[in-house]
Amino acid sequence: MKQRIALAAALLLALVVVQGCGGDGYPQSALHPTSDFGHRLDGLFKQILWWAVVVFVIVVGVLLYTVFRWRERPERGRPREIHGHVLLEIGWTLAPALILVAIAIPTIRTIFLIDNPTADENALTVEVIGHQWWWEFRYPELGIVTANEAHIPVGRTVDLRLRSADVMHSFWIPKLGGKRDLLPGRENQLWFRPDSVGVFWGQCAEYCGTAHALMGMRVVVDDPGGFDAWVAANQAGPATPTEAQTRAGQAVFMGTACVSCHRIRGTAANGNFGPDLTHFGSRLTVGAGILENTPENLAEWIGNTQHVKPGNLMPQVRLTEQQVAQLAAYLLSLR
Amino acid sequence: MGPTATGIPNRKMAMWTFIGSECMLFGTLIATFLIYRGRNIVGPYPDELLNIPFITVTTFVLLMSSLMMVLALSAVHRGDARGTRLYLALTAAFGLIFLGGQYYEFRHFVHEGLPLGRNLFSSTFFVLTGTHGAHVAGGVIWLGTLFLRAARGRLDERHAETVEIAGLYWHFVDVVWIVLFTLIYLLG
Amino acid sequence: MATAESRATKMTPEPHLGTYAGGIWSWLTTVDHKRIAIMYFVTGFVFLLVAGAEAELIRVQLARPELRILEPDLYNQLFTMHGTTMVFFAGMPLIIAFFNFVIPLQIGARDVAFPRLNAFSYWTLLFGGLFLYASFFFGGAPDGGWFAYTPLTNRQYSPGSGLDFYILALLLSGIGSIAGGVNFLVTIVNMRAPGMTFMRLPLFTWMSMIVSILILLAFPPFTIGLVFMMFDRTFGTHFFDAAAGADPVLWQHLFWVFGHPEVYILILPAFGVVSEVIPAFSKKSLFGYPVMVFSGILIAFLGFGVWVHHMFSVGLGPIVNAVFGGATMLIAIPTGIKMFNWIATMWGGQLRFTTAMLYAVGLVATFTIGGLSGVMHASPPADLQQTDTYFVVAHFHYVLIGGTVFGLFSGLYYWFPKVTGKLLHEGLGKTHFWLTFTALNVTFFPMHFSGLLGQPRRTFTYAEGLGLDVFNLISTIGAVLFAASFLPLIANLWRTWRRGEDAGPNPWDAPTLEWTTASPPPHYNFAVVPRVDRRNPLWHPHIEAGLGWAGEVEPGGVAPRLQPETPPEPIVMPDPSYWPLVMASGLLIATIGALGSLPVVLSGAAVAFVGLFGWAFEPPERGRH
Repeated sequence: MKQRIALAAALLLALVVVQGCGGDGYPQSALHPTSDFGHRLDGLFKQILWWAVVVFVIVVGVLLYTVFRWRERPERGRPREIHGHVLLEIGWTLAPALILVAIAIPTIRTIFLIDNPTADENALTVEVIGHQWWWEFRYPELGIVTANEAHIPVGRTVDLRLRSADVMHSFWIPKLGGKRDLLPGRENQLWFRPDSVGVFWGQCAEYCGTAHALMGMRVVVDDPGGFDAWVAANQAGPATPTEAQTRAGQAVFMGTACVSCHRIRGTAANGNFGPDLTHFGSRLTVGAGILENTPENLAEWIGNTQHVKPGNLMPQVRLTEQQVAQLAAYLLSLR
Repeated sequence: MGPTATGIPNRKMAMWTFIGSECMLFGTLIATFLIYRGRNIVGPYPDELLNIPFITVTTFVLLMSSLMMVLALSAVHRGDARGTRLYLALTAAFGLIFLGGQYYEFRHFVHEGLPLGRNLFSSTFFVLTGTHGAHVAGGVIWLGTLFLRAARGRLDERHAETVEIAGLYWHFVDVVWIVLFTLIYLLG
Repeated sequence: MATAESRATKMTPEPHLGTYAGGIWSWLTTVDHKRIAIMYFVTGFVFLLVAGAEAELIRVQLARPELRILEPDLYNQLFTMHGTTMVFFAGMPLIIAFFNFVIPLQIGARDVAFPRLNAFSYWTLLFGGLFLYASFFFGGAPDGGWFAYTPLTNRQYSPGSGLDFYILALLLSGIGSIAGGVNFLVTIVNMRAPGMTFMRLPLFTWMSMIVSILILLAFPPFTIGLVFMMFDRTFGTHFFDAAAGADPVLWQHLFWVFGHPEVYILILPAFGVVSEVIPAFSKKSLFGYPVMVFSGILIAFLGFGVWVHHMFSVGLGPIVNAVFGGATMLIAIPTGIKMFNWIATMWGGQLRFTTAMLYAVGLVATFTIGGLSGVMHASPPADLQQTDTYFVVAHFHYVLIGGTVFGLFSGLYYWFPKVTGKLLHEGLGKTHFWLTFTALNVTFFPMHFSGLLGQPRRTFTYAEGLGLDVFNLISTIGAVLFAASFLPLIANLWRTWRRGEDAGPNPWDAPTLEWTTASPPPHYNFAVVPRVDRRNPLWHPHIEAGLGWAGEVEPGGVAPRLQPETPPEPIVMPDPSYWPLVMASGLLIATIGALGSLPVVLSGAAVAFVGLFGWAFEPPERGRH
């Protein structure tokens, strides 16, 4: 019976371990790094992990052996008292100390590699401003302002300047590296160089209130041509709606409270409380990484926002179903 | 309950451990005051308001109260009932004068445009010195009850330990004030 | 003033209940450390179940991705209350329960140094916990997390009253904690039996002394932090207001300067229990006693120098991170040493696997896992991926459940016979252990993975495409097992209380002084104050040389194998007193008033003053010692 339980436990453990090994099914995995920053952290982690496994096997192995070897047996009589053993104590003090030194050295080396400002003069500066519960991205050198989705070029260092407009948040794109907090009144810095093209998922990692769990984002790493195209598209003004549906949507937008919080560059909508929507149509997600950017999801977001993201600071505006559909069509046209 | 393992009475040891804990309490308040020094965005600023001569006088009064406390304890040890009553009363009275000075200073600051919620200086100053003042007030009440007991003839040599423990507390509160006076006023 | 003689004759007819007989009033006014221990235990246990229920709800909500069984608003209150309750109203009271019952008996004392202060500490704890839970009925429970980071908890972003309940409840119970620290420290230092030098103290008492010092030094910074937060929220000060030039990170420093020593407050008593249980059931003295003492002292001391390891992602700079990372790694050494000394104690022994021993040995295994994941966190760069994810949740549940809770359960099964005079059922005990052990691993091992695969903490749900589904489902199944694991425990406690087997004074043939008294001990604990000349006095060679349970008693000599049934001289014990309850009630009223009514605050303060003066002037014949 005990053996069957042990076997089941081992199988369960194996299932859990195997689950954690493949990369693609895990868009927010810290174990599958795609940047220099991420690789450094992962390398360090794996070193420490191996030491931990070795120590675990030895300690638990000795423990299990002890537990079986010295089980109570009347024939043995009263155990001999051994009150201590100086050499043993020194030994099992030094051994962990040496292991810790072996961990500390690469740790400190890595700290100073990642925690000092980047020396790369060609780095792309991106300001990240955290809000309850969305991400603002500003590219000061390029004159781009966008939200919840940032594009960066592969193979080039990106220099993130992080700050918060309200409470503490934390910027975390696991595949691209470790996290860094966003604080009000103080700027933090984080930099890395991505080595693979792709779409990378991230999430706020510092509890920031009601909708903390729904403050996601996407970082898209483009090849150089793709990045230049994205920059050009975002530097340009918004698309002008041409069809009846999208023109109606624009009228709804400009005629309601939307304009007091959102900005569509070059139009009457000039609010800066909520995300910039100038090129909303080209984004992959709605609501800060929580829904795919489709007409149905966008309509659900606009028409029922407090249900999709409770506590969300976007108020529920009264609109008919038709108006919602028109709005969605208009926003999706802003590519 | 009989002799203690160290020879020190339980209640005296308790007061020492409590004082140790209070050092962390005041230490945290003081550290915050120091960290926030010079970071005010709006005034009034400390150098505009702190009245060093005035507070020097009240500080002196508080120091004298510690002397009165020492004399009170000595009187209790000697069985000098009159001396006990006199010096306990003087300790408490000097403490009250000090508190009066604190009250006056607080009112003055508010009057000059520094209420509690004005800036970092108001926040740290009032909470730090206010906590200290609350400790002084507690001490004054304690001394008052000791005085009343002495007045009823219920405080003699057998109760020297109680007076000594009150003295420990009182001297501690005084030492804290010396630190505060130095950091807030003299090094400000 | 009842004499010891009359107490002794009253005791004989119902030896198991005598110490606890009496109605509600006798419990409300008790100053007996043994009764206060039981009150702490029951209170802590109830809060443990409540916090456990909160965890069950959390796990139900997280069983599948994108569930909406609980809305985020309620979920955020639940995880806040789960953490706050577990640390302050389950963990600490259960630990203090053991301090209360065991310390005086282990050092040969008749009670703690300040019995009325002891009762007062209990009442502030109970009132603090009840006050905190009242928040659910008056505007919602706090929802800032148990760590309540600013600026989120500033009035601007958390306008409701939940956090005011949090601040006030913790200030109220904090008064009792600090009083407890004073009480136990003075007790251990000053009330040891003749001959019991510090290096002859049982290790549980040693750890308790260290923890008492930790409480005295760690609680004040948190108290001040709470006061700052209260002032910011209520009186408009700017301690955590970035716009006024303040640093919101200050709160984190104040919280963690307390919070890190707090986790050592939670684990060292468990280590103390293991250091009693393993030798008792190995029939062999603790290996490396001086090393065990000094490693405990070192852990406590170093514990004040590592708090920034909770803040590696805040951006405090490479030097700060490197220093605190190094210090954190350093703490692993004295902790590891303890594991090895326990194994060495068992080596060559005669190991008997009672439930208490199972939990103690289990702790060595599970704490190793938790400790190793802690070492992984100690490296700041690696921690940048781990912090604020479920990897951390896995770590601290392994050390808190696999450490603290296992230690407390071990202590429960070990000392229950002494407390009640009855033996718990071993079969039910073993079932309890294996269920708990399994539940711990099934619930929390997968979290190492879900954390590294991208699941942040404190999130009411997770997206479908993240691949976290299997791990969360397994964790939820584990949580169900956890709930089930309480059934054999509760059944065991119930069954044994009603018709358990008599335990006798020393069912385990254990070596320390508490096992010389009757079970349960009489009101005065020791008829004759024992004299001690070594550690583990009952494993004295001349006592072991064949003397039975009714063995020779040598008043004034070495520790008797068994205390005499009647004391040779009358013993005066402190009388019960209602003043601690009155003073605590006054403070509760003032606390309630602090939510927004000055008259109520003043009334409460008045009642508290009446209580204080009544206490101070209680006549010498009543309750004075």
